[in-house]
Amino acid sequence: MILPGNASCQGCPISLAMRCLDEIEKPVIVMPAGCSTVIAGLHPNSAFKIPVIHVPFTSTPSVACGLSEAYGRLGIKANVVAWMGDGALDISFSALSASAMRNDDYIAIVVDNEAYMNTGTQASLSTPFGAKTTTSPAGKKWMKRNIGLILISHRANYVATASVGFIQDLRKKLRKAGKMSGFRFIHVHTPCPPGWKFPSNKTIEVARMAVRSGAWILYEYERGRITFSESGKKFLDKNNRIPISEYLAMQKRFVVSEEILKNLEIEIEENIKALLKLSEL
Amino acid sequence: MRDVHALLPGRCNCGGKSGLQLLQGVWDLRGSLQAKSDKDGSRRLLTSNEAIAEAVRIAKPDIIAAYPITPQSPIVERLAEMIEKGELNSRFIIVESEHSAMAVIHGAATAGARVFTATSSQGLAYMLEMCWWIAGSRLPAVMAVAMRSLGAPWNIHGDHMDIMLLRDAGWIIGIAENAQEAFDMTLQAFYVSEEVSLPFAVGIDGFTMSHTAEVVRIWNPRIPERKQAYRVLPGDEIAVNAVTLGDARMKARYDLALDLERSAEVIEKSDADFGNHGGLVEKYRLEDAEFAVIMAGGWCGDAKDAIDMLRDEGIKIGLLRLRFIRPFPREIIKSLSCKTLVIDRANTDIFGVLCKEVRACGLDAKNVVAGLGGLEVGAEDFYRLFRKFAENRLGEVEWLL
Repeated sequence: MILPGNASCQGCPISLAMRCLDEIEKPVIVMPAGCSTVIAGLHPNSAFKIPVIHVPFTSTPSVACGLSEAYGRLGIKANVVAWMGDGALDISFSALSASAMRNDDYIAIVVDNEAYMNTGTQASLSTPFGAKTTTSPAGKKWMKRNIGLILISHRANYVATASVGFIQDLRKKLRKAGKMSGFRFIHVHTPCPPGWKFPSNKTIEVARMAVRSGAWILYEYERGRITFSESGKKFLDKNNRIPISEYLAMQKRFVVSEEILKNLEIEIEENIKALLKLSEL
Repeated sequence: MRDVHALLPGRCNCGGKSGLQLLQGVWDLRGSLQAKSDKDGSRRLLTSNEAIAEAVRIAKPDIIAAYPITPQSPIVERLAEMIEKGELNSRFIIVESEHSAMAVIHGAATAGARVFTATSSQGLAYMLEMCWWIAGSRLPAVMAVAMRSLGAPWNIHGDHMDIMLLRDAGWIIGIAENAQEAFDMTLQAFYVSEEVSLPFAVGIDGFTMSHTAEVVRIWNPRIPERKQAYRVLPGDEIAVNAVTLGDARMKARYDLALDLERSAEVIEKSDADFGNHGGLVEKYRLEDAEFAVIMAGGWCGDAKDAIDMLRDEGIKIGLLRLRFIRPFPREIIKSLSCKTLVIDRANTDIFGVLCKEVRACGLDAKNVVAGLGGLEVGAEDFYRLFRKFAENRLGEVEWLL
């Protein structure tokens, strides 16, 4: 689906995630501006062997809605995929919310590298507390938005988190989503070597450290139930987790302080607690 | 009786009454006229909003997406009702914003669906990004614009400031004068838009047209099946609107500009199939005119009354009503050999928007900016204004305050 020789950076987690799109049958990609646009290539070339419709940020969920509605009406079988970064997620939030509520028939995939990387690493609503970006040079002063929980509160049809550190798990979730209908949301954690300032051969390792430290939790929400993915289940227990400081130490975007560690630890505890409570319902 | 004028096709005349007074008058008459219309079978008493909804019912779009805004809302409310009752087989998508309304029909048109939306004012401003995108993508689409003032400050009444936002976007922009024309132009819009692969906006004046009932002949012009330059299907190895640099980007914009120009021919040629309104312009008593007034929209009905009065007094004056702002009827305007005055309902600097366009055709037109935010301008006002113009007492640009 994604051809070799594309314009992604060395160690790019997004191109790793793009390779997994072959799990989805009859895909039609809706793509707002971002790193993915660059990877997809300059006209008249395309790095994708599938249809890609490039659109403005805010419109992504709504264009996907229009496409899937029209395909449905015209009797054309397709899996519309809204493929966006955390930047497009921020700016299209109200449209995404409407899509989830209408149960539009498409898969929204967010590749989250925790800042606006394509424009030069500016802070997004996904940037974690304490992370330095070009618009938060002293470190961001507020926490990462938990979009998964927000979509669960929409009673979305399917919500999953995944990570490029656990490709088999990511593939499984894409495969599953591809066979479902209605609104499906997959939030993929994609650590970015140049943005987070770690060596380009460490992408998988950093992604895995995020899951092992509890900074990224792998779960699925379906038919009103939360289940935790095998690959990350044991890290729900604090005794199995690595200290958050080890995850932060692999990257140069944090100037680690007591305050940052404390805030991130609280955030991890609270997120896990909330999900565990919800999973009991 | 001035307000009866409002009920006759060919004139949309608010005659100095407030919108509400006028509306009241119309509703009082509605019962008896409706009964008469029903006997006829094809003539109905409709507001321009309702007339547009009837035209959309006939055009049968696959997908309609809209967000409510005054004074457009009755169009999409009526369409939603038609769908619920089974009178129209379309899918109505309830969206959370106008930006999404345009984005939904953009997506649906990309898949090959016939699409419709409607908006006004702030809504048009909010969806403007997608208006550029759908035109640049060369996708056919039809949008009704119940033209309303743009804030700040808040004002829900009519002027042309909203629709003028579309001028550079690559849209065909038509402005109707009355409910009949709103009906006919909406149907023509589906045809022309799909013929030239460009989106088409149909403008009607907020309240003085959108909420004013007139007798409309509902008929059934033949519209071909959906047609467009391309569509995207699963399995296609295609990238639409990827980053495009150099010649290709320049050429895409040139082709759009060229096709927008060429749409003039399609509009002129199909005019007879869609009610014979004159094509790009309507010429009213212009044959031997020494003075020509150039205007667009519902208030042309009042202007025509003023022209009749001045003609009765022997002043050789006529009206050139611009039915289309894009493509702009440049050649027709250039051919005017008399003194010209442009009355604008939207300004760009101290000048009105249309006057700038007319002046760009080489005419040394005078300009009056009037009727912003629904400020009433009636036939008497036009009479005084035109007389002043004919007596060469008008300045280069004046505002009717």
